[in-house]
Amino acid sequence: MTETVDLRRRAMLGAGVLVVGFSLLPQRARAEFNAMGVPAVANKALAGSLKTNPMLDAWIKIAPDGKATVFTGKVELGTGVRTALLQIAAEQLDLSPAAITFITGDTGRTPNEGYTAGSHTIADSGTALLHAAAQVRALLVQGAAARLKVDAAKLVTRNGVVIAPDGRSMHYGEAVRGVDLHRTAQVKSPLKDASSYSVIGRSLPRVDIPAKLTGGASYVQDLRLPHMVHARVVRPPAYGARLLSADIAGVQRMPGVLKVLVDGNYLAVVARDEWQCILAMRALSAGAKWAGGPPLPDAANIHATLRALPAQDITVENKKGATVAAALTLKNRYTKQYVLHGSIGPSCAVAHLADGHLTVWTHTQGVYPLRAAIAEMLSMPLDAVRCIHTEGSGCYGQNGADDVAADAALIARAMPGLPVRVQLMRDQENQWEPYAPAISSELSASLDASGKICDWHYELWSGSHNERPGNAGKLIPAQLLAKPFTPSPSEPMPLPEGGGDRNAAPLYAFANSKVMNHFLPKTPLRTSAMRSLGAHLNLFAIEGMMDELAAAAHADPVAFRLRHMEDARARDVINRAARQFGWDQRKRRPDHGFGFAFGQYKNLMAYVALAVEIKVDRSTGAVHILRVTAAVDCGQGVSPDGIRNQVEGGILQSASWTLYERLQFGPEGIASVDWASYPIMRYSNVPAKVDVILIDRPGTPFLGVAEAAQGPMAGALGNALADATGKRLRDLPLAGAHLMS
Amino acid sequence: MNTLTVNGVRHTLDLDPSTPLLYALRNQLELNGAKFGCGLGQCGACTVLLDDQPVFGCLTPMAACEGRSVRTIEGLGNAEHPGPMQASFIKHQAAQCGYCIAGMVMRAQALLEQNPQPNQAQIRAHMEPNLCRCGTHMRIIAAISEVALSRQVKPRSKP
Amino acid sequence: MKRTTWIWAGGALAAGCVAAAAWMLQPSIAAVAPPSPAEFEPAAIARGARVVAQGDCMVCHTAKGGEPYAGGLALRTPFGTIYTTNITPDAATGIGGWSLAAFTRALRHGVARDGHLLYPAFPYIHYTRMSTADIGDAYAYLMTRAPVAARAPDNELIFPLGFRPLLAGWNLLYLRPGPESDDAAQSVEWNRGRYLVDGAGHCASCHSTLDPIGGERSPAFSGGNIDGWDAPALTALLHAPKPWTREQLALYLRHGWSPDHGAAAGPMSPVAHSLSQAPAEDAEAMATYLMSLQAPAAPAATPAPPAGPQTAQVMQGQTLFNGACASCHGAAAPMMAAGGRPPLSLSGAVAGASPDNLIQTMLNGIPWTHPQPSTFMPAFAASLNDAQIASIAAYLRADAGRRPAWTGLEKRVADLRKENQP
Repeated sequence: MTETVDLRRRAMLGAGVLVVGFSLLPQRARAEFNAMGVPAVANKALAGSLKTNPMLDAWIKIAPDGKATVFTGKVELGTGVRTALLQIAAEQLDLSPAAITFITGDTGRTPNEGYTAGSHTIADSGTALLHAAAQVRALLVQGAAARLKVDAAKLVTRNGVVIAPDGRSMHYGEAVRGVDLHRTAQVKSPLKDASSYSVIGRSLPRVDIPAKLTGGASYVQDLRLPHMVHARVVRPPAYGARLLSADIAGVQRMPGVLKVLVDGNYLAVVARDEWQCILAMRALSAGAKWAGGPPLPDAANIHATLRALPAQDITVENKKGATVAAALTLKNRYTKQYVLHGSIGPSCAVAHLADGHLTVWTHTQGVYPLRAAIAEMLSMPLDAVRCIHTEGSGCYGQNGADDVAADAALIARAMPGLPVRVQLMRDQENQWEPYAPAISSELSASLDASGKICDWHYELWSGSHNERPGNAGKLIPAQLLAKPFTPSPSEPMPLPEGGGDRNAAPLYAFANSKVMNHFLPKTPLRTSAMRSLGAHLNLFAIEGMMDELAAAAHADPVAFRLRHMEDARARDVINRAARQFGWDQRKRRPDHGFGFAFGQYKNLMAYVALAVEIKVDRSTGAVHILRVTAAVDCGQGVSPDGIRNQVEGGILQSASWTLYERLQFGPEGIASVDWASYPIMRYSNVPAKVDVILIDRPGTPFLGVAEAAQGPMAGALGNALADATGKRLRDLPLAGAHLMS
Repeated sequence: MNTLTVNGVRHTLDLDPSTPLLYALRNQLELNGAKFGCGLGQCGACTVLLDDQPVFGCLTPMAACEGRSVRTIEGLGNAEHPGPMQASFIKHQAAQCGYCIAGMVMRAQALLEQNPQPNQAQIRAHMEPNLCRCGTHMRIIAAISEVALSRQVKPRSKP
Repeated sequence: MKRTTWIWAGGALAAGCVAAAAWMLQPSIAAVAPPSPAEFEPAAIARGARVVAQGDCMVCHTAKGGEPYAGGLALRTPFGTIYTTNITPDAATGIGGWSLAAFTRALRHGVARDGHLLYPAFPYIHYTRMSTADIGDAYAYLMTRAPVAARAPDNELIFPLGFRPLLAGWNLLYLRPGPESDDAAQSVEWNRGRYLVDGAGHCASCHSTLDPIGGERSPAFSGGNIDGWDAPALTALLHAPKPWTREQLALYLRHGWSPDHGAAAGPMSPVAHSLSQAPAEDAEAMATYLMSLQAPAAPAATPAPPAGPQTAQVMQGQTLFNGACASCHGAAAPMMAAGGRPPLSLSGAVAGASPDNLIQTMLNGIPWTHPQPSTFMPAFAASLNDAQIASIAAYLRADAGRRPAWTGLEKRVADLRKENQP
């Protein structure tokens, strides 16, 4: 797993002054990272991430034996992109996936594509690889043409070999001789026709799954390096608590303990054996005395507390058309509680400081921004720090990954020469991860006399959805040090993608529409991005209101949506989902309900419509999801089964958030320390049947799909519950004793 | 000193006897399958078989394993020759991040060894102790169901 | 004997038989068409939900994995196995055909609609105390549940207990029909608490010792045994390591755990789950009443047993505890530090005269009451053997101090494990 850094390559990334000599630039230059952590655009005419990383050999190298190494700045989070990106490269290169070594996010080897987030991977990295691979293949053909003395237009490629009409052939390893791939990509690429695809659009079995099913080393948790030692941290009992005393000497004497670190409010212990380390952590924690920090607010009226905080008002949309008299106006309020990412494996990292170089193996979503933050925290030059992405469990946004990487870095600095493995405990992950923000919103909408929506006014209040490092102060360990780092001020995420206001503006065509985002830069709980960001609550509200208006207009919910939807692809998924579900054949039964919802992620990415049938047990309040049918359009699908897997997962995960999840906390601190105090969906609540239908559109741009089901599923559940019980609920989570009757 | 039989092989380990089996498997024996998910018996990522019963490796001290037989996912098969349960999960692509999956497989293996023909309700009830945060449940149930139908897992006598 | 004596004896016997026959052979009440849910006021149904939560009807009348109130749960009694009946409003297999009069007669007198006598595993000797209004509201609630077609398996009782008319005799001894009148000398809350405890709550059914024919012995609440678990004496609450208070008891009843004592386990945890659905004032009233029944605290003169050297069993238990239990029950564990749970030394299971509840908790854990946040504990029956569980029990007992060591632990674990087999 360890590779030496190719310094020559770094020196030759000459396209942008910004990138060369990056380590020489002062800290403020790193502020050039935008919210997605990528460097400045080198050429905006290039496709996908080629804009910021235009050199072909940054993406693809051909070895003398004809095999290829393909690089992506994105990382595998468990979504299957490693395989999907591999398919894209294999397709355009005309090389078998088995002949490709695929390297993901590594500051020592790969392009900087910022964070793997926002469902951007296939669109950004996939598009870059689509084009880069096509251009490399063309260059290989030219190289072969020169060597074979044949007109390039007469050559074909197949499975890593260039073939001449007379039957002579040359594999890529030979063809690449005399071809310099170290060049800027072109604007236009000789892409294969989508109708000829043999790899893209197939469900290639994921390359990472066999190892995960047979005990292969797949995760950072599985990393074992020679002389590696184990570390555990002791976090304060609550935000802002101060360490008064700890029994350092006593813990130091425990079997196997190598070191106890104290630095301000930062506590950690290092030991040879992992269990010895855990025992030492328990002792260190039991003996530590803390002065409490400022109390957290009461959970019961959190939204009132949040709305009273200073806000930055952002106009998301302000469309003024012809004014029509309103025949009826509905006004509702919607809320969502703090939700835990709840990664099934608490975050883990390994770091090794040797000869002035720090290597960190981490499941961060952004190896480059993390590297900058760690370098700042340790006052090390950028190029002395290397972050290598190594898979963790699913993160669904920003979890504890960056924090534990910082822990590993700090502890590695205290144990020079020894690789240090730090594993957060369940309660530490739960109490210190940045949550999905608690959001509240108000929606007022009017129908005209013909039953059409003539006015729409939506406002939401939300804290930050982006607290990712770039700045060391965003890292929890850095905040705990005796000389603490301060996080840079929280910024709203810019539109059109947005943060809390993601999907706040409906895709439906309304003559008048006003949407406001009240961004709360400082809120009492630490928050950051969680899969779909504001889309979950916003689409819950929008799709709930659509149903309430449809009922007021005496219209079928699906027909009502179609009446207001002009986007042809949106209409397609709506019709497809309704038809496949049998929407028009649904039958009224006691305690049963049906719900429908639609959303296009960010109004830019994948389209999802879905219908659900549920049953409510009035005696227990249990919600049984009987079936879900979803129709999805994400443009050119790379791996149909990979897409279905992600959408099924999004449907179930969103059902869990929407029905059950709320963080427990109170003045003393975060109480959701484990799964008993933060229950999520288990097999007993899982739907009976889920069907995902893909509408494939070959040759069209890739549209991000991994987060596209979260909002629509919430909307559909809200609508189904209202249908089943006759009572409309607008405060998440929806299940509970109030469903008993 | 503890003796531990894992996947049919006897090991002698010099460990603090309170060490949970999970750490002995991962650190001393370098087996990656069983994972740390919570250390509290609430998520099942550490599920292994102890004398054919599914247990939480994170809460089973070495002192309790003396002379007993442990089976992990590595004992069911490898990437070249996966066992029936592993092959079914691969066929159904029953994994997203995959972190929970080894625990799921072992819990399912125990079910089929005791009840070769479980119905859907029995599968779901049996799997309840294991969590999947990614929402892969539908495929996991499908994978288990297919193995049950194929009758490739041989029942073992109840203890 | 004189002839007149024979005539008197014969007459008395005949009168007794007539009286018994009057008891044994109850008339059938005509079946009615299942009432439509619209016939019941929502307010009555809501009140009924509260009454049914107090009575924890769902706990017994729902099989594992079964539909609520559809019956089929096997109750193992010293007299054999009784399967609970379907009390959903299904006409054919449930109580859909029962009028309010039939329902009331069942609760007050233990008689089914068709006249057959009900087994006192159904605690009608307690439900008889419920007010007419509460019975009417419970009826409204149950008649508006989803009807489920389900027939319970036949009971498996020791001969001749399958012969129901014998119950008439039992009822003569133990059934005192009708509500009790309030005690004017006591507070409103105390009377309410007694009403709930003695009536719908039927606490004495588990928490009293039973005589050989299954009647509750006096004094009530001296402690009982149910499904292999000890139901502690409710009159000895001041003898706990930290004496119970009204506040702690109310919390325990409502939430299934108390910060000074720990979690409800075994058959008590579904009871607490049921009570959590009734308003707090109900648990508080029950606590007020129960605390008035307490025997004074044991005199402090009882010396703590001398702390001797740790036995091998206790040391083994400590090693196992550190690996198997401390992640939740250790002093610095998150459940303790952040969750405010008490140390095990305060637990009634560790302080009790019998180790049974502690052993059962280790064997069975405490199941999820999903998907609400809840107390939960994994089961250790598969991972720990009898000797290992015994050693942990010995360690916890020694570590808590103040109580003499238990003996015969390993055998007790083995016996309970065998009893737990289905």
